[in-house]
Amino acid sequence: MFLVPNAVVRFFHRMASPPHFYVFTECVMPWLIVIFALLSAAGLYGGLYLAPADYQQGDSYRIIYIHVPSAWMSLFIYVAMAITAAIGLIWRIKLAEIIAISSAPIGASFTFIALVTGSLWGKPMWGTWWVWDARLTSELILLFLYLGVIGLYGAIDDKRVASKAIAILALVGVVNIPIIHYSVEWWNTLHQGPTVTKMDKPSIHVSMLIPLLFMALSFKFYYLIALLQRVRIELLRRERNSQWVKTMLLESK
Amino acid sequence: MMSMQEFFAMGGYAFYVWTSYGLTLLVLLLNIIIPIVQRKQFFRQSLKRKR
Repeated sequence: MFLVPNAVVRFFHRMASPPHFYVFTECVMPWLIVIFALLSAAGLYGGLYLAPADYQQGDSYRIIYIHVPSAWMSLFIYVAMAITAAIGLIWRIKLAEIIAISSAPIGASFTFIALVTGSLWGKPMWGTWWVWDARLTSELILLFLYLGVIGLYGAIDDKRVASKAIAILALVGVVNIPIIHYSVEWWNTLHQGPTVTKMDKPSIHVSMLIPLLFMALSFKFYYLIALLQRVRIELLRRERNSQWVKTMLLESK
Repeated sequence: MMSMQEFFAMGGYAFYVWTSYGLTLLVLLLNIIIPIVQRKQFFRQSLKRKR
């Protein structure tokens, strides 16, 4: 701890306290929304209007601007959920538990979007809505993992116990993440290989790549916005008998 | 300069492209609306319990 500056330690201590976190998130929310709006406007304008049509796939490839960022988010949020769940499991930090469970529905949403937009892209390009290849199947399993986490949390009344249970489930499910990522390299089927994350150089033109990166960043900010909204309501529910929530309720009248 | 019609036609892939974007918008909006509804419910119920 002596390596970390004092101000940083103090910041994290304050953030772990529910009333401070509640007030802080209320202050940053407008900024997050503005940044999200600017990024997604730039990404959509670049992707739908400025970028040229693909020489093979025509305009259908424009689904990439939501499909790929959603698929990235489905993995990113799962890892975020597993890490915060583990922190909650080990150090019993209430806020970490709440961030973990609040991430699950957002992650499930992005997984659902990735699957459906992939299907809508597959129909005109592959000639089929669905194929049981490794990428699609492992992404579907990811959706079931998210739904399992949500269902398990809802089934246990004591939310501290429920948080322990979903932490175990989320951590076991992490094994699926590298499988999804490498599936297109390990098993060569219909789904195209990586175009952006290739180590040497991306096989996508800059005019198509830049809007994609804008969209990916804008989805990150969307996750933050949606996450904070859910965390705030879950905090209120769990802390409804504490003084700061009672005071706030009185003031809201 | 691309015309509006040309833009919305998406080179013949209008159905696939716009369904994707529409559905994404719907799901992302729902994720924002649900916590707002839950928040209102929480405030209503807690205030009722107090009385």
